[in-house]
Amino acid sequence: MPNEPALSISAHLAEKIRAHGAETYPHECCGALLGRDSTMVAGVSPEKEAPNPEREILGLFPLVNRRDDSPRNRFSVTAEDVRSAEKAAQEQNLEVVGWYHSHPDHPAKPSQYDREHAWPWYSYIIVSVQGGAPQDMTSWRLNDDREEFSPEGIEIRHRAAV
Amino acid sequence: MPVKVLIPSPLRPYAGKRDSAEFTARTVGEALSYLTTEFAELRKHLFTEEGKLRSFVNVYVNDEDIRYLAKENTPTKDGDTISIIPSIAGGRM
Repeated sequence: MPNEPALSISAHLAEKIRAHGAETYPHECCGALLGRDSTMVAGVSPEKEAPNPEREILGLFPLVNRRDDSPRNRFSVTAEDVRSAEKAAQEQNLEVVGWYHSHPDHPAKPSQYDREHAWPWYSYIIVSVQGGAPQDMTSWRLNDDREEFSPEGIEIRHRAAV
Repeated sequence: MPVKVLIPSPLRPYAGKRDSAEFTARTVGEALSYLTTEFAELRKHLFTEEGKLRSFVNVYVNDEDIRYLAKENTPTKDGDTISIIPSIAGGRM
């Protein structure tokens, strides 16, 4: 299935996301995924021979969960945080291609609340943290019609992190 | 009075992959209206069905958040840059 969305991430960075989820447990963690997406190159249509996977995560930008009222089941990142993440990405010649957050004591599946606060194109990685121990990690992309998320494949790169 | 609207990466697929568009507009609301008329598929990602800006969508004129100005009635002038920036939120239930 050539056009099924997928991202690749190093084992090192995947472990950092899981560790962030364990560190903030029982609260939710969150952060930005910095990387490259080959479909965004001007003049290249997604049908053409894009590298597979077309999206590569090359860095993380951990953020502070700004929700003081219900940090166990909510996270929020202000527009200022988003701008900081974008600036950090630009400095590394990358861009913000998505976001990660944890679901403490809950499956790694997006909620309706997640869907209402999402844009398509971004990758949304969710890590389930059960009793303080990180478990499943999944990635999702919002469909064009905003009705639901579709799962996105995660390919773990087992080589030195960038 | 052209104002420039910067289109964030996630929304470029709905705007012919463009990273910006220019419109002659007197207010932010007018510029966003022209933007979503030219690129109709953008609309649902910026506005609710009732036509209100989605709660997680933030709009800046130059570096000023329009929430602290006159919201969508914020006047624009020649050379202004409008940025659309999401605040990211989510949670398990």
